[in-house]
Amino acid sequence: MTRLEFMQGNIACAEGALAADCTFFAGYPITPSTEVAEHMAAKLPKRNGCFIQMEDEIASMAAIIGAAWTGVRAMTATSGPGFSLMMENIGYAVMSETPCVLVNVQRGGPSTGQPTMAAQGDMMQVRFGSHGDFSIIALSPSTVQECFELTAKAFNLADQFRCPVFVMADEVIGHMRERITIPDSVPVVRAKPLKDDMLPFAPEEDLIPGFAAFGTGRKIPVTGLTHNEKGYPDSTHPARHDSLVRRLVNKIENARHSIADYEIVNQDAEYVFVCYGSPVRTVQEVVQRAKTPGTGYLKLKIVWPFPEDLLARFPNVKAFIVPELNLGMISREIERHVCVPVISAGKIGGDLHTPDELIAIVEKLRGGGGI
Amino acid sequence: MRDEWLRSDRLPHIYCAGCGNGTIINCVLEAVDQIGWEMDDTVFVSGIGCSSRAPGYILTDSLHTTHGRALAFATGVKMAKPSLHVVVFTGDGDLSAIGGNHFIHACRRNIDLTVVCMNNYIYGMTGGQGSPTTPIGKTSTTTPYGAEETPFDLAELAVAAGANYVARWTSYHVKRLTQAVIDGMNTPGFSFIEVRCQCPTSYGRRNKYRQPGDFVSYLRDSAILKEQWDRTSHLDEPPQDKFLVGEFVRRSRPVMGVPHEA
Repeated sequence: MTRLEFMQGNIACAEGALAADCTFFAGYPITPSTEVAEHMAAKLPKRNGCFIQMEDEIASMAAIIGAAWTGVRAMTATSGPGFSLMMENIGYAVMSETPCVLVNVQRGGPSTGQPTMAAQGDMMQVRFGSHGDFSIIALSPSTVQECFELTAKAFNLADQFRCPVFVMADEVIGHMRERITIPDSVPVVRAKPLKDDMLPFAPEEDLIPGFAAFGTGRKIPVTGLTHNEKGYPDSTHPARHDSLVRRLVNKIENARHSIADYEIVNQDAEYVFVCYGSPVRTVQEVVQRAKTPGTGYLKLKIVWPFPEDLLARFPNVKAFIVPELNLGMISREIERHVCVPVISAGKIGGDLHTPDELIAIVEKLRGGGGI
Repeated sequence: MRDEWLRSDRLPHIYCAGCGNGTIINCVLEAVDQIGWEMDDTVFVSGIGCSSRAPGYILTDSLHTTHGRALAFATGVKMAKPSLHVVVFTGDGDLSAIGGNHFIHACRRNIDLTVVCMNNYIYGMTGGQGSPTTPIGKTSTTTPYGAEETPFDLAELAVAAGANYVARWTSYHVKRLTQAVIDGMNTPGFSFIEVRCQCPTSYGRRNKYRQPGDFVSYLRDSAILKEQWDRTSHLDEPPQDKFLVGEFVRRSRPVMGVPHEA
């Protein structure tokens, strides 16, 4: 029996994690993500899981990586300043191919910025924030229902691709309350097991190695150093580093079209909004209004890896309009892939776009008012 | 017996000739062996530095992590699966500089880990910079005129922060060190064993202990048995050029990460 509930977005993230059999949460309180930790603190002990409040965000990220290697599903949640602290160990999770999930309920920055206001200012940090070359998977919910669904899905992607996966919510979604449907169960896809005759970091055809948890007798040496297929450090050979890092990037980038999760509305539109997270809600209102004909949208539920082929699905597009709660992070990514104008409608400060603001952009374009 | 625990295909190791770390790894593996832990149930965790390369030479599951964060990673391993035995190798800089906050909180939680700190007074891997344990007056590449800051007493710090078992020995006291590691492993909760050891290459070269033997002799001659000091001295602390060795505390405060009895 599915059940209906009236629930906050942050709680829905926690519930999505629990539905996906997450049994370990380590975190440090930070607005506006704290309710995720509080809900896990209440629920996990009753399920023989473990909640631990660490001394800081660096330790939280470290603890979930340690937990993940014992074979459990592990998660943390944070917001901008805490996310910055986690960068070091996010890189470690990438290099060591550790499946784990991180919910980032974004707030205004830089620095401590606006703790109680919404932003999408971490979209480039999640992609490029840790040092070195890498690729990651980042999801972006725009409803409380998606907080539940995408957090649960994040665990499957983390296991499948053996990498950290990010749920990039924002304060509006995190603190919003909506009616959601909670299913009896969610699909659970676990990491493929390490075969008996395989080395622990030897990739299979899909570029991803099988996973064996600590304590199962495989005696796996895990390191953040550039390593060979046994896991042994081998950090001074250019070719070794090149092949390892290219594989870590390609295992995700090569699969980006199958990872993509999106909605397309009005494929014939001339003016196409590309949106993710809270701004999706304004875009939906704009496109539904009769006085803005010719508009459509591409809603990205997964922003990274960027599914650039979706932009080609709009044969009549004259311009892409990108409303986001930053000064144009994803709009620049779109510009890299298209030959039509890309209008960045970035907004910061904490307020969402109003429908009228977005309609005005369309009207200006339609009236030949230039770009 | 101990050879079984080593990854022979990883040799030769990266340690300099005369380094004390090999002695300490030997003592820890002797302790693990004596206590009867199984290789499949034991996990070694470390941060970054000379000491932290140790788990890579041991034939178990292991995590060689980020600088200073070993205890945070180890906390995740132990809390997620308390049936695993977790041993952490760390150095003085790794543990008490960048990892200082993780150190005191792991002691406070009294999480069931055994931590062996190879304290060579210096950052060896990066070429001999001063650490939070470099004694006053000693030279390093970042204290060329002699260290001025008061060093940490890591064992006292662990006692104050709440660890259930704390001991300090040197690379000279191999039998006492091995027994201390066994005692630490047998004590539920956070066990901290500080081992003062020689670094002829980075520390000794600049501080008149270029020969490993001279360095070990210095460690031996500077160490005062804690029980003897407590019995005979009227002073709170030993002279600045001496330090206490022995068992600092063994107690049974509440712990985390201990498997529930079936």
